[in-house]
Amino acid sequence: MDAPLVELSGIRKAYPGVLANDDVSLELRAGEVHCLLGENGAGKSTLIGILSGLVRPDAGTIRIDGRETTIDSPRTALEHGIGTVYQHSTLIPALSVLENLMLGDTRHLRLDVDGARRRLRELAGVLGVEVDPDARAADLALGSQQQVEIVKALWRGSRVLILDEPTSMLTPQAFAELEKVLGRLEEQGQAIVFITHKLHEALSLGDRITILRHGRVAGALDERQLRDGSAEEVRATIVRIMFGEAARSVADVAELQDELVERSRAGLPRAERETVLELEDVSVPAQGAEMGIADVSLALGLGEILGVAGIDGNGQRALAEAISGQRQAAAGEIRLFGAPISRFPVAARQKLGLRYVTDDRLGEGVVQSLSVALNLFLKRIGQRPFWRLGRVQRGVVEKRAGELVREYDVRTPSVRTRAGTLSGGNVQKVVLARELSFEPKVVVFHKPTYGLDVRTTSTVRDLIRRLARGGGAALVISTDLDELLEICDRIAVLSRGRLVGTVENGPGAAEEVGRLMVGDPVSEAA
Amino acid sequence: MIVATIWTQVFWTSVVAGGLLAGVPLMFTALGETISERAGVLNIGLEGMMLLGAYCGFLGAYYGHTQWLGYLAGIGAGAAASVLMVVLCVWLGLDQIVVGIAITLAGEGITSVLHGAQFGASEPRLGATPTLAIPGLDRIPILGEGVHGQNPLFRQPLVVYLGFALVGLVAWLFRSTNVGLNLRAAGEKPEALDAAGVSVVATRSYAALATGALAGLGGAYLSIAVAGVFTPFITQGQGFMAIVIAMLARGKPLWVIIGSFLFGISISMIDSLQLVGIDISTDFGHMLPFLAIIVALVLFARRAYLPPALALPYVRGAR
Amino acid sequence: MAEVALPARRPVAASRLAGRAADLAIRSLVPVVLALVAGGVLLYALGRSALSFYGGIWTYGIADQNWQQSATTMVPLLLIATGLTVIFRANIWNLGYWGQFALGAAVVAGYGPSLLAHLPMWFATVVLFLFAAAAGAAWTIVPAFLKARYGTNEIITTLMMSFVGVDLANILVKGPFQDPSIRTPQTRAIDFDKLMPPIPGTSIDCSLLVAFAVVLVVHYVLTRTAFGLRLQILGANQRAARHMGIRLPRLVVGSFLISGALVGAAAAAFVLSPFWGYVRADQIPNYGDEIIPFVFLARLNAVALLPFVAFYAVLFTGGDFAATQVNLSTDFLYVLVGLILLFMTVIEFLGRRRELGGSYLTVGLVQALRAPLWRRRAAA
Repeated sequence: MDAPLVELSGIRKAYPGVLANDDVSLELRAGEVHCLLGENGAGKSTLIGILSGLVRPDAGTIRIDGRETTIDSPRTALEHGIGTVYQHSTLIPALSVLENLMLGDTRHLRLDVDGARRRLRELAGVLGVEVDPDARAADLALGSQQQVEIVKALWRGSRVLILDEPTSMLTPQAFAELEKVLGRLEEQGQAIVFITHKLHEALSLGDRITILRHGRVAGALDERQLRDGSAEEVRATIVRIMFGEAARSVADVAELQDELVERSRAGLPRAERETVLELEDVSVPAQGAEMGIADVSLALGLGEILGVAGIDGNGQRALAEAISGQRQAAAGEIRLFGAPISRFPVAARQKLGLRYVTDDRLGEGVVQSLSVALNLFLKRIGQRPFWRLGRVQRGVVEKRAGELVREYDVRTPSVRTRAGTLSGGNVQKVVLARELSFEPKVVVFHKPTYGLDVRTTSTVRDLIRRLARGGGAALVISTDLDELLEICDRIAVLSRGRLVGTVENGPGAAEEVGRLMVGDPVSEAA
Repeated sequence: MIVATIWTQVFWTSVVAGGLLAGVPLMFTALGETISERAGVLNIGLEGMMLLGAYCGFLGAYYGHTQWLGYLAGIGAGAAASVLMVVLCVWLGLDQIVVGIAITLAGEGITSVLHGAQFGASEPRLGATPTLAIPGLDRIPILGEGVHGQNPLFRQPLVVYLGFALVGLVAWLFRSTNVGLNLRAAGEKPEALDAAGVSVVATRSYAALATGALAGLGGAYLSIAVAGVFTPFITQGQGFMAIVIAMLARGKPLWVIIGSFLFGISISMIDSLQLVGIDISTDFGHMLPFLAIIVALVLFARRAYLPPALALPYVRGAR
Repeated sequence: MAEVALPARRPVAASRLAGRAADLAIRSLVPVVLALVAGGVLLYALGRSALSFYGGIWTYGIADQNWQQSATTMVPLLLIATGLTVIFRANIWNLGYWGQFALGAAVVAGYGPSLLAHLPMWFATVVLFLFAAAAGAAWTIVPAFLKARYGTNEIITTLMMSFVGVDLANILVKGPFQDPSIRTPQTRAIDFDKLMPPIPGTSIDCSLLVAFAVVLVVHYVLTRTAFGLRLQILGANQRAARHMGIRLPRLVVGSFLISGALVGAAAAAFVLSPFWGYVRADQIPNYGDEIIPFVFLARLNAVALLPFVAFYAVLFTGGDFAATQVNLSTDFLYVLVGLILLFMTVIEFLGRRRELGGSYLTVGLVQALRAPLWRRRAAA
């Protein structure tokens, strides 16, 4: 048993109001994939931040090659051979791949372009992938982008490669590619840290699994344990560790849910549904680094939950904003209850019953400096009873806000608290409360459960079902295929800005959707 | 009749010469602003820095009896003013626009006060600046000649040629060096630069200092070579013009030369017209460059390019 | 997207409210005090007596009946500050106030004499105010349109329009509005008894009362109405504003027009005040530049403007004479104003850090201090 390359002991990091890492200890070994498993909010990202030099721990030690070290900046981390592929891309869209890779050399004045080309070829060969050095980072497909990020992490000869939730935007096929790449790196003796919240990935990739829960190491499984136990046993163990004693009931509930879902889905035959939202050959131009959509046609029926699947960045935002009215469609027609609304501004569409639960909760979903109470009614500014003759009626606002906060279980000290101080899950609840509490008819959900814990996630999915079965309709845009398979009646697939097909949900839907997602040549190569 | 008057050698020679004369201070300043903007720092205080450079440059040349001391003094003054920008905006993350306004106001006030306190009502002047001729080229008609022997294109003070070389240097810097790449990264996506292990703060600090130095140089050139004198508020909005040139140049140093030259022409157009007998009120002449900018902005509204991380302070860990 | 976790706000007890009020007061006053001190140091360095200068401000700005003069000077300053408060709330930088003011002034000075001579005074005065407001508002249309339609940076467009506006105003004054009976380039002076009368019992321009009323109305609109909330959202987060269904182009143009109108109205008050009655070319004052720091100091709160603008009015009225007294250019006031702005940013920063529970130093500064730049380069 060789000595660990990197050893973390007793790491502790606190932020105001939350203990992100509590006495965490970890060992990273060469030639081994170590999976860090845990729910969102369990402290994984903070730990990674500490390893990569972005965050300084409050307490604890880090040993590299047996020697105690301080990693006080990304530069130090790189010097010690720790390369990180972050969850959010650190590629600069306007620069070329080569320029992105060359970034960070402070020893020389001139750019060593030839040397960089050679190194890229070398590393690409090691990984078994192909990368075009002169392509603009913004033009790359997501799978290729990730490969470039891996090359970048290895650029200066790292021995430890950290991957933070790399698969959240990958198709099953791309995931298999990633597995292959990681396998090759393993052979070369790399120590790999793989962070994820998906159990099946950890089981598939990991030689060693450490489970984080509420900032602490809740349990760990080493190679032997993973090998010896049966798949079911290992699964059960991990679930137990991740969710504690409540694990059993979670599993039960999950099964019950599935049954309910099956039953409710068997409801209305689709042919009889009245079409409430219709898109006909809608095109929206690209904006900056965001892809647009072209010739998208879809029809959402009353009582239906229609999913839109696709790799992130394939036009989802453009689609959502075209429907909500935040962006103008350049071509095509959008009809709500049969009436054409393409020319209507956002407010007018809201009046007709259209709602939009945005994925960018803090960036546009709430105004952080305003109170929770006001945020709940920001889409009804000027309307009675909250405003009379243009004047705000504080009492009415706060009273109704209190009711909504109770109804949607928003954890906040008071309705007057600034929305920006709430946790992610509660901000999402505020957004949902706002969108769903006032006569919603057709609601567009964009990544509604992203980054939320299990309980809130299932609450949200319930809300979506209730909306649809209760006389409304839902369009759920999500990159989480599992989620779509669970709640949707049909799933459409968005790829490179086009709607490439729609699949009825049921047995075999997953494979069908996966196939549609990679239907284009670019993704296939990635 | 007017057309006939305009279409003369005298007129066009004057236009070119005048454009060059008025354009050089703009060129220096706009080049500096380009560096800053590329790195993500929006420097509204350019007008104040230019004035400080003009004032200190004048003093340096007046008491030092050589233009070079003046330029040095101007560079120093501009850089010193930009230290304020560096500390307050890059290091502390304060609002770049507010600090820029403050620097402009303070710069305007202090140069006026100091100049008044020192020289009172007298207005000391500097002599003509020695020029360097490029043999051969200075015989080209229109470009090579000047107006009454003044200011032909190829007989300029040495610092002007150095200025052109500097523009080329900066262009090369952006394209082919690590320094340039770091600057561009700082302006496009500072998180990426940080993750690559380079200090965003240091990169932006150097950029802001360079901007101040160049703005100071531009101001110094204005008072030393163009006007030969310092008067309060002598820049008359040229610092802001330089900001516009930098924005329209879309971060490309060579476009800075073209933009500066064109706006230099609009500044000096009134003199050229006067030369051929067309009299326009000084107010209208003064208005011309700004009017031209408005028109340019209306026509090219979509094309002004600004790096995404402009005017946003970088704090590691915040997103 | 990871969020920056802000600490939850604890419930506010009465003593804490008092503490907050004191905190605010300190944050607003300290920059002014620091600037005055720094100004004093500068005076000393120039061999002038700080005591004499600041004493002069008191003497000429407040003592005897001079405070009434300051009160009159306060009117245009207050109106401009209110206009700027409205637009800055939306996080839109209308820096074109000089041009808007100049054109408003030119229009009033140009048409004033004839209108006031032939129409009932009150009617003519109201019309002149409206003209000026219209002129100021009109001068914001181009920048407003460019921003609303193309997102063009308004700092540049308003500044450019400003220079054009001032030049245009000067052309008008020297041309069609020129007083034909004299040689100095200025407009015909309006008869003294047609200018704004004083508040009975004082020599204060009665438009001060109008200005007060305007401040109160604007404050109400900004803090209690739907429009004010929309403006606030636009200023806080433009993307959220669009998401909520707020019609951005309308709001942008609307707030620009309002701010331009207020600046224009300030110009009318200026020309019609008992001190003036005419405008001299090349000498149209740039009050906006001087009052801007106080707009920030008042934290974009219209009512809070009152004490600050009053203070500056005194500084301005007294400072004019005081500067001549110590043989210094009156542009010294610009230095003071710039210093106030600078100190204010630093104090704000310190205050904000304390509020968020962080240290006084930001990550960037800590970085810079811990590993000085030169050491890094040696290590590289």
